[in-house]
Amino acid sequence: MKRRVILERRYNVPYYLEFLCPFLSIALALAFSAGLLLVLGVSPVKAFFAMYNGAFGSWWGLSEVLVKTTPLAICGIAVALSFKMKIWNIGAEGQFYLGALATAAVVRYAYVDSFALMLILMVSASAAAGGLWGGFAGYLRARWNVNEIITTLMLNYVAIHLVEYFIYGPWRDPASLGFPMTAPFPEAARLPVFGNSRVHIGILIALVLVLLYRVVLRWTRWGFEIRAIGENPKAAEYAGISFLKNAVFVMAVSGALAAVAGMGEIAGLQGRLQAGLSPGYGYTAIIVAWLARLNPWGILVVAFFMGGLFVGGESLQVVMRLPLSSIQVIQGFILFFVLASEFFRVYRIRIISSEAD
Amino acid sequence: MDVIVTILAAAVRSGTPILYATLGEILTEKSGVMNLGLEGLLLVGALTGFWTAFVTGNPYLAIAVAFLAGVALSAVHAFLCVSLGANQVVSGLALTMFGTGVSSLLGRGMVGETIKGLGVVQLPLLSQIPIFGKVLFSHDILVYLSYILIALIAWFLQVTRAGLNLRAVGEDPHVVESVGVDPVRLRYIYTLIGGGLAAVGGAYLSVVYTKMWGDQMSAGRGWIAVALVIFAVWHPLRAAFGAYLFGGVTALQLRIQAAGTSIPAPLLLMLPYLFTIFVLFVISVRKGKGIILGAPAALGVPYQREERT
Repeated sequence: MKRRVILERRYNVPYYLEFLCPFLSIALALAFSAGLLLVLGVSPVKAFFAMYNGAFGSWWGLSEVLVKTTPLAICGIAVALSFKMKIWNIGAEGQFYLGALATAAVVRYAYVDSFALMLILMVSASAAAGGLWGGFAGYLRARWNVNEIITTLMLNYVAIHLVEYFIYGPWRDPASLGFPMTAPFPEAARLPVFGNSRVHIGILIALVLVLLYRVVLRWTRWGFEIRAIGENPKAAEYAGISFLKNAVFVMAVSGALAAVAGMGEIAGLQGRLQAGLSPGYGYTAIIVAWLARLNPWGILVVAFFMGGLFVGGESLQVVMRLPLSSIQVIQGFILFFVLASEFFRVYRIRIISSEAD
Repeated sequence: MDVIVTILAAAVRSGTPILYATLGEILTEKSGVMNLGLEGLLLVGALTGFWTAFVTGNPYLAIAVAFLAGVALSAVHAFLCVSLGANQVVSGLALTMFGTGVSSLLGRGMVGETIKGLGVVQLPLLSQIPIFGKVLFSHDILVYLSYILIALIAWFLQVTRAGLNLRAVGEDPHVVESVGVDPVRLRYIYTLIGGGLAAVGGAYLSVVYTKMWGDQMSAGRGWIAVALVIFAVWHPLRAAFGAYLFGGVTALQLRIQAAGTSIPAPLLLMLPYLFTIFVLFVISVRKGKGIILGAPAALGVPYQREERT
């Protein structure tokens, strides 16, 4: 008798694996991160407890998780839309900054003392700025096949430096004691918050966008075109679906959404434009969309989890004096394990016995 | 004239980390694997290199350790993408995230420390050549090593049997397997070497260029290298040209800043990134629509061995 290990492609993925894979991946990621902390001489039990306690140990912590879920969910929807047609918008981070920049511009140059008007102005200005930013990369990709991964990434650095230019230069608040930030926004340019938490109405925008994403992709002609291109661009082209038009439009919408998240972040939370306004929401959004398999409800759930990771990371910073970027290690591990688990979703490993020949 | 020579020499030095990463990525991509984790590899190389130089005081050992660290980290990418056929874009991003996080976490005690690093070695005779001597031959050992690498990789790809196998596995792994060469093995080898070279580029940043460690000190150079591979149409000599062009823009921007112009620093800092987009645009327009010439046909496509019964 000889034993052999063979791989078989599964005909359909068993239901339990859809849940087991992400949970096992996260568990393994945490285990490996714990190992790394041990090497560093930091107690992983203490570290994880500090993270859990910071994020889910109190109502305040939980509300802070929702504060971070908001930009993550919006940016997650933004990048998921482009991924759906196999265009890689890695530029949500820059689009986020640009939306914040446009918001600050509106507050500075077109301020009116009415919340309703300001909301419309801020949303449209940020969406327009992010839309142009993303649409530009989409156009380059569709018209001349310029690699959109590189352009959107390079544009991230450009956007961040652009924001720095304004807050270190012409827009710096004279009363800020030299800190690179604009003056605080006036009342009518601030989004309302729930109770005495910092959760602002941006979270409603996130929920509406999740629903819209579902509706558009499933029920509209445009959604059908996106899915068709994503699944088979050649066939879509033969069917008369324009890649150019859709690529530009999808990237513009994707950029606009990420920019609106940036608007929400400064009008709802920070109340001014300042340096380092995003701890990498735009990049984490890529993980969010990917882990959720581009599914809208999944994006909400994963955004909430990643929000918890950010809040946990902040208490890790305070309690354990570890840098905030430590959570990127956990995020990296999670992605590694999810990528690996993908293999076991698609293949089944079987050990079979056969007669020696 | 002196100013121009100084800027050109600075262009070579600030282009060298990008050059190492680009050369590494050319080898990796030629085998059909795309590694978008260069940014993370640069950072891990920069940290491990700096740490080794700091502890042992030996810059050569530092470069070797950085290379090995790059090999180890890209082994994860190779395992996921080659053995398990995972999505190469996502795996590369994961590598960058992991590298950024882990270097920042492990390097937090190193910030502010300085090392002696690697010094300048004037090449006898060659450094006496007017202009070229100063621009090309008044640098450190790693710069000279990169010259050798350029020639070596160009020769390897064009002339040798192993180089032919490498190009072939990036075009069609099934054909390569049919003549008895193992595509999986080749893809592993070149992903590991490519990752090692990228990490050496990172070590150049910390051990030679700045002689210190800074959080996220690679500042997007890894991504610029990814773009340069396309710019170079997968050719090492053009990669060198591109890397020095970039180094030049960076050096020029530093110089303008130092000269105390009225142009604000953040606007100058944008230049290398805008320049990348511009270069990529020009390249793509010249190639017209459709696939870029010179791109390995099987780039980014996982190889699955035919199932036999």
